[in-house]
Amino acid sequence: MTYRVTVGGHVHVFADLKQLMAKATPLRSGDMLAGIAAASMEENMAAKIALADLPLRIFLNEALVPYEEDEVTRLIIDTHDTAAFLPIASLTVGEFRDWLCSEKATREVLAAVAPGVTPEMAAAVSKLMRNQDLILVARKCRVVTRFRDTIGLPGTMAVRLQPNHPTDDAAGILASTIDGLLYGCGDAVIGINPASDSLPVLGDLVRLLDELIHRFDIPTQSCVLTHVTSAIALIGQGAPVDLVFQSVAGTQKANESFGISLSVLQEGLDAGRSLKRGTVGDNVMYFETGQGSALSADAHHGVDQQTLEARAYAVCRPFEPLLVNTVVGFIGPEYLYDGKQIIRAGLEDHFCGKLMGVPLGCDVCYTNHAEADQDDMDTLLTLLGTAGVNFVMGVPGADDVMLNYQSTSFHDQLYVREVLGLRRAPEFEAWLRRMDITDEAGRLSSGRGGQALLAAMQGQAA
Amino acid sequence: MSGDDTLPADERWAALTRLTPARIALGRAGASLPTREVLRFGLAHAQARDAVHIPFRPDEVAAGLAALSLVSIQVESAAPSRDLYLRRPDLGRRLSPEAQAALATRRDAFDLAFVVADGLSSTAVQQNAVPLIAAMLPFVIQQGLKLAPVVIASQARVALGDEAAEALGARLVAVLIGERPGLSSPDSLGAYLTFAPRRGLSDATRNCVSNIRPGGLSFEHAAFKLAWLAREALRRSLTGVELKDESELALVAGEGASRPSITSE
Repeated sequence: MTYRVTVGGHVHVFADLKQLMAKATPLRSGDMLAGIAAASMEENMAAKIALADLPLRIFLNEALVPYEEDEVTRLIIDTHDTAAFLPIASLTVGEFRDWLCSEKATREVLAAVAPGVTPEMAAAVSKLMRNQDLILVARKCRVVTRFRDTIGLPGTMAVRLQPNHPTDDAAGILASTIDGLLYGCGDAVIGINPASDSLPVLGDLVRLLDELIHRFDIPTQSCVLTHVTSAIALIGQGAPVDLVFQSVAGTQKANESFGISLSVLQEGLDAGRSLKRGTVGDNVMYFETGQGSALSADAHHGVDQQTLEARAYAVCRPFEPLLVNTVVGFIGPEYLYDGKQIIRAGLEDHFCGKLMGVPLGCDVCYTNHAEADQDDMDTLLTLLGTAGVNFVMGVPGADDVMLNYQSTSFHDQLYVREVLGLRRAPEFEAWLRRMDITDEAGRLSSGRGGQALLAAMQGQAA
Repeated sequence: MSGDDTLPADERWAALTRLTPARIALGRAGASLPTREVLRFGLAHAQARDAVHIPFRPDEVAAGLAALSLVSIQVESAAPSRDLYLRRPDLGRRLSPEAQAALATRRDAFDLAFVVADGLSSTAVQQNAVPLIAAMLPFVIQQGLKLAPVVIASQARVALGDEAAEALGARLVAVLIGERPGLSSPDSLGAYLTFAPRRGLSDATRNCVSNIRPGGLSFEHAAFKLAWLAREALRRSLTGVELKDESELALVAGEGASRPSITSE
C-alpha cells in the first residue's frame, strides 16, 4: 500500500510502511548509509505528517519485516497482548503521542498498556516526539527488576561497574573494581568485557567476581559478557554464573550473525535460572543492543535503524531481563555521526524500551572517530538521569582501556546523583553505608570508607 | 597478603594504579574530577582526535621506505574526503579508478605485497608503519619472498588491500593500517594478512596482529608474528579462522633470534 501526502504544494509518495517509517526518522548517518533516509527536510516532515494519521492497528496488520521470514516478527505478532492494547486500540500514531503526554497516561496505566505496545508502534510514535516528549513519557514508565538488589525504583539510578583490562589480568580487574566500589558504583552489575573467549579464562573471571561479592557480602551480581553459549557451557561446568549475557538485534538474520536464535536465548535463561543464585528476584538476563547492528550485519530489510532497535527490545522482553543496555555511540559515525545524533538515539532507545516494559539502561558513549566529546556525554547523561534511566556505565576515568572507547565514569555518576538527587538500589545503598563508603545522604563519606576493600588488595599491589 | 596494614588509605588506593592502565585512583573535587585529571583526559582526547583528522603524509612514508631501498606507489581510495570516508566505509574499501590503472601496470608474480593504509589513525601509520616493515625485511629475505612495490593508500580501509594486491598479482597481502584510536593508544597500528587477496573477501579470511606501537606490541615481536603467519599462509595456502597464530610455540622452540619483549604502559 502506498501513502501520499501533500505539503507546500508538493505531493510526497511513500511506497510502503517501512519506507514511510524510514523517511519520518530524524536524520542519521546509518539510514543514509542504507540509502533509506529522507532526501530533504520537507520529505522528512511530510512522512511524519502522514505517519501521524495512521492507526496504531496498522502495525498489527502490515509487517515491516516479513512474518514468514523472520522469527522476531512472529514473536511480536504471535505474543501481542490484545487486552493490554485495548485502551489505545482506536488511536492514530499522532493521537497516541497526545495520549502519552497527557495526565491520562499515569505510571500504572502505562505499565498495564506496555504488553500491548509493539516495537513498531513505539518507534512510530517516537518519530513524532521531540526530545522533551521522550524524556517526559519515559519518566512516567517504571520497570523494576531484581536479582540481589532492586533496580529501577523511582528516584534511583544504578551503575554497571565496568572494570575491563586489556589482557583480563585478575589483579588489574580487581583494582578497577575496588576503585569503582569506593565511588559507590556497581549496583546494576559488576560486568567484565573479557578480551579472551577461552572458557578457562572466562571461568576464572566468573570465580574472581563471585569470591569478591561473597567475601564482602555485596548485594549485587556479576557478569562476564561473553556469548550466551559460553555462559551455558560455564554453567554446565559448575561455574558460579549470576547473569547470562548476550548482544541481540531486531531481525532474525542479524541475530543469526551473532550466532543466536530465540531458542538459544531460552536455553540461556533456563540455564541461568537453574542455579537459583538471585536472592530478591530471578531476572537473570543481561542484554546489549545498539542502533545500526542490523545494517552492519546486512540484515536490515530496508527498515530504519531506530525501528530495528525497538524490535531488539521485543527480543529481550519475553526473557524478563534484569538489564537491557543500549550501547548508543559505540558503533561509530557511519551509524550515528555526531553528538546530536547520539543524544537523540539514546533518548529514543530509552523511551521505546521503557514504553514496552523493558528495563532500559544506556551506555552513554562515543568513539574517537565520531564528532562527539565528553560535553555531549554530559548532556545525554543529564537528560537520561532526568528521564529515569535504570542504569548507566561506570568506567574508570570514562576511558575503557580494553574496548578503546569513552563512556561515563565513576565521577560522572556522582555528578548526576548530586544534581538530580538520584539514589542507588536500596540494598546496595545500605551496604555502602555499612561499609562506611557513603553517608546517610548517599554522598561519599570523608576518607575512611572502604578500608577493608583496600586492605584486600594490599598483597596484590605490593 | 604481605601488605603493610599501617599504610594510609590514600596511599593504598594510589598503589592500585600499578595494577592496571585504567584511570583509577584519580581523586575528586567534590563529586567531580580534579582539574589535573580533566586536563589529562582532555589532552588524550585531543591526541586521539588528531590521530583521526590530521592529514596523512604519504610522501614521508615513501621517503622512509626509499631509505630501506623499497619502491612504493601512492594511491587513493574511492572516498574523496575524510568526512565521506568516515560516513561511507564502503568507499574506503575500494580503489579510485586511477589507482586501479596505476597498479595494473606494475603487475607481476609477487609473493607478498605490503599496503600501508592510513585507516582511522594517521598518527599510527606515520610513526609505526616504516619501522614495522624494516623489522619484517630480514624475514622476507630469509624466506626468499618476491616483494611487490609497497602501496601507500590514503582514506583507506582494510579491504582496499584485497583489490590493490589483486591488481598487482600478489599471493599474499599485509595491510598495515591505523586502528581506531583509543584514548590511551592513539598510535596503534594493526596488521591484516590475507591469502589470495581479491575483491569481496570478508574479515573471516584474514589474520590480524594488533596494538603494534612502542607502548604495546613491539615492532620486533609483531614482525616475528607476521613472518610466522606469512610463512604458514603461503605453505598452507590460507589465512583466516583456520590459521591459528602459533608463533609463540616457534619462539619457545628457539626460532627467534632473541626473545622479543612485550612492553606495556
